[in-house]
Amino acid sequence: MASILIPIGILGGIALFFGIFLIFSAERFKVTIDERVVKIQEVLPGIDCGACGAPGCSAFAEGVAHGEYEVDGCKAGGEEVALQVAEIMGVVVEVGGEEVAVHRCLGDNEVAKQVANYKGISTCVALHLLGGDKGCQYGCLGLGDCVEACPFDAIDMGDKGLPYVIEERCTACGVCVRTCPRELFEIISKKHDIFLACCSYDDVKTVKQVCSRGCIGCTLCVKVTEDEIVTMDGDLAVVHWDKIDDNKLLEPALEKCPVNTYIKRSELKGAENV
Amino acid sequence: MLQLSPAPHITSPKNIKKIMYGVVGALIPVLMGSIYFFGWRALFLCSLSVLSAIFTEWIFQRVTNRDIRCLDGSAIITGILVAFNIPVNSPWWLPVVGSFFAVFIVKQLFGGLGYNIFNPALAGRAFLVASWPSLMTGNWTPPINGTLSGIPVLDGMTQATPLSLLIMKPNLNVIQSLNSPTMIKTLFIGNTGGCIGETSALLLLIGALFLFIMGYADWRISLSYIGSIFVITGIFYFLGVTPVNPVFHIFSGGVMLGGLFMATDMVTSPVTLKGRWIFGICGGILCVILRLWAGYPEGVSYSILIMNMFVPLLDRLQVRIFGR
Amino acid sequence: MQLLTFKGGVHPKYRKELAKDSPIKKIEPPEFIYLPLTQHTGIPSKPIIEKKDEVEVGMKIAESNGKLSVPLHSSVAGVYMGLVNWPHPLGGRKEAMKIKLDPQRTFEWKEEERDVDLFSEDQIIEIVKEAGIVGMGGAAFPTYFKMKVPPDKKIKDLIINGAECEPYLTADHRLILERAEDIFKGVEILKRVLNPERVWIAIEDNKMDAIDRIKEFSSSYPWANITIHETKYPQGSEKQLIQSITGKEVPEGGLPFDVGAYVQNVGTVIAIYEAVCYSKPLYERVVTVTGPVRDPSNFLVPIGTPFEYLIEASGGVFGGTMQIINGGPMMGIAQVYPEVPVIKGTTGILVQNEKETLEREVSPCIRCASCVDVCPMYLMPTEIYKFIELEDFEKAKELGVLSCMECGGCGYVCPSYIPLPQHFKYAKAELMKEKK
Repeated sequence: MASILIPIGILGGIALFFGIFLIFSAERFKVTIDERVVKIQEVLPGIDCGACGAPGCSAFAEGVAHGEYEVDGCKAGGEEVALQVAEIMGVVVEVGGEEVAVHRCLGDNEVAKQVANYKGISTCVALHLLGGDKGCQYGCLGLGDCVEACPFDAIDMGDKGLPYVIEERCTACGVCVRTCPRELFEIISKKHDIFLACCSYDDVKTVKQVCSRGCIGCTLCVKVTEDEIVTMDGDLAVVHWDKIDDNKLLEPALEKCPVNTYIKRSELKGAENV
Repeated sequence: MLQLSPAPHITSPKNIKKIMYGVVGALIPVLMGSIYFFGWRALFLCSLSVLSAIFTEWIFQRVTNRDIRCLDGSAIITGILVAFNIPVNSPWWLPVVGSFFAVFIVKQLFGGLGYNIFNPALAGRAFLVASWPSLMTGNWTPPINGTLSGIPVLDGMTQATPLSLLIMKPNLNVIQSLNSPTMIKTLFIGNTGGCIGETSALLLLIGALFLFIMGYADWRISLSYIGSIFVITGIFYFLGVTPVNPVFHIFSGGVMLGGLFMATDMVTSPVTLKGRWIFGICGGILCVILRLWAGYPEGVSYSILIMNMFVPLLDRLQVRIFGR
Repeated sequence: MQLLTFKGGVHPKYRKELAKDSPIKKIEPPEFIYLPLTQHTGIPSKPIIEKKDEVEVGMKIAESNGKLSVPLHSSVAGVYMGLVNWPHPLGGRKEAMKIKLDPQRTFEWKEEERDVDLFSEDQIIEIVKEAGIVGMGGAAFPTYFKMKVPPDKKIKDLIINGAECEPYLTADHRLILERAEDIFKGVEILKRVLNPERVWIAIEDNKMDAIDRIKEFSSSYPWANITIHETKYPQGSEKQLIQSITGKEVPEGGLPFDVGAYVQNVGTVIAIYEAVCYSKPLYERVVTVTGPVRDPSNFLVPIGTPFEYLIEASGGVFGGTMQIINGGPMMGIAQVYPEVPVIKGTTGILVQNEKETLEREVSPCIRCASCVDVCPMYLMPTEIYKFIELEDFEKAKELGVLSCMECGGCGYVCPSYIPLPQHFKYAKAELMKEKK
């Protein structure tokens, strides 16, 4: 009998000791957590995209609770999340103006010809460092770093080697803007439909050589539009979104552009279902 | 259209296929020796093992939609080494199962070539020893022109290889013959009982020499592994801990096969020079401990497998960066 | 004979025999030359002439434009055709000054020899700057900037780099053979400015004729120590050269003068000599054109000459051109356009035909550790590569990826044909981006 009782006693004693120790330490070293942080974390998308500026969703939640970030700071979550976060924080937030990412290059395999046969690691950044395998040194390299990087699977590679944004899924988080080594993505308001799909500062001679739909710097779009909503930066036209309330203002540019570099977002692949 | 490729624009003549088939080539003399010692069944088991390894790899890569690279040579090496690690009168399915386990579980499930933590062939052997211990450690046949223990007088009395004689607490007579020069010579040539590919130290050394000269294996690992076994058993011999001399220790059992061909496996050995020395020396120490005090007569496979686990740790032993 | 060397490194096929016996040949300038404004590390030069202006050989056509910048000089006599967007040997297109040759005006640089002793140290540095001299071993770092050693740093060892470890290239080899005395005269100028304790002339032992040639002058210039180095790549790298001569390691992130050393390429030394003694600016340089061309040669080329013109001049390629490389095979940059011009840092043009061009089929890393054994910076390329694959650039930085000088040794030995140097270049670019 003793051979059973002694182990029971010893083990029971150990268990009791540890139990008391655990209770003590749980009380003594308690970490107080702001309830709101937990709640905010629950409504956030939880993909740690970093578009808000915080390193991840939990950091953002903490930041909001401490007033470091705005309640509508979560780009990926959009309106819905902003409203929920505002409710948790007990403030009112004005929502409106949804945004979307656009890819500002038309240089697919047919439009912008390859001039070299690239054999190396298959990322745009690496190819960009070698100068690129296409004639245009500003255009899309087509190796799909953006497709890989997009946390929402909202970018897909087209048949001709040009990525397109699936607007249904795009949250305008801005990861693609930071990923693309040639900075071809731009976040614009969804109310804009027409945009300039070229980022090439090359002169007309070079552009004509390397791409059939690149901006040649003819300045026609500047002339046909009003109020300086389009200006020239060297050989590239620049659209000033802040001056444009109504996207119709860009329609003359869309019609007149000799190389069809202005395009309609709504007519792109990826926007079909929106 | 010009090619745009990153520098460097030239490469050394060494490539994966050459390395892998170089190792296969180095194993061929050993295989021929084992056919000579144990008969055609050695070749039969070896072929089965290789086929099983290649087939397993092919199936896996096919099913998981990876590049098919089952003929890059690494599966062949695994197949041969698994066969080298089993006794010659094993049933035909033993090498097949061993190779399947080695390639499927140990290599492919960990990510395929270059990502496995354990040497596939050794892990395959460990699996077989654990699953069918009687087949793997008590099923010896003597070589065609020799005796199981390598000592003629004793053969009728005991069914044991030289190493298992040692663990049976042998009498003085036996120990004397184990320490004799003829015994060492027999062990060196390989005319004793044992697994298919482990008996002939001579042929293993010839194959390994080729690998070292070609740079397909690192001599430091082999030297430190076998060397530390030699030194430690030497000390123990003089202290009287082990009755047999250190030469017997390094030529018997799997020390040569393990130290020359399995410990030097590139994937599962450290990348730094310092790490390789430590890997070899610690492996040797473990091997002696396992051999002298553990339940099995042999300690080579477990010593290397245990050291394989320490490789990620040893890889942190970076040499100081230039100027840091 | 004591051969100096460093730890690590590789032994590629050098193939120097292709061009090493071809004497330096002055080449007739082409019809058009293109002078990119970015020919050096730093800020691009700024043009100071107008379209349609007449230019002379050696005329300053663009000026230094900031703290780290040098002027640019015309390499032919002719007419300035304006700025064009032209392919650049370091990748992409950049602004270049196009000049049309006037074949009537032939030219030979004739200027009275000047006495060096007339100039102060600062004046010499100014002359070097105005002559547009940059490091001619490939890096193209402005030499005047390098010569301005901070006053708290004392140069003990002045090392003249004639190692030329890059396979195929023979430009420096020919310069030593043909202009050995000019090198000594150039070093005397450098000696005056830097006031070093010791002067070393470093040559690899695959150029014994060059060593003998240098030794002929050792009685006239007794201060020069000639060091013979084992033929091993990258012996000519600044840090490895300092290590093999002085035994000191340049600290991580530091510069050679931190260990009291100063390294200058032989070509640059000759340019300094010509600039100071003959007021000749840097408008031409020696370029090795080699590979499967009919007549591999060393040309004295006006800067701005298109590559294709030089390849044509060396007899054209046999076996189908597949790759044109600016520089040597280990560190050279593959070109997309055959019309890229020679710039100040172009040491050679290597052509590869269909047979020689690498068909890389990348296999998984088998941890053979060849790269670890050869890395002259003692890095673990295989480990760094794995972290880069996982996009963990911080970890790569911890393992020292920023110390990588992209010598290409690891990529050369890798049996899996993994383009390791490109991965490191990529990681460094990502780290730079994060820093911003």
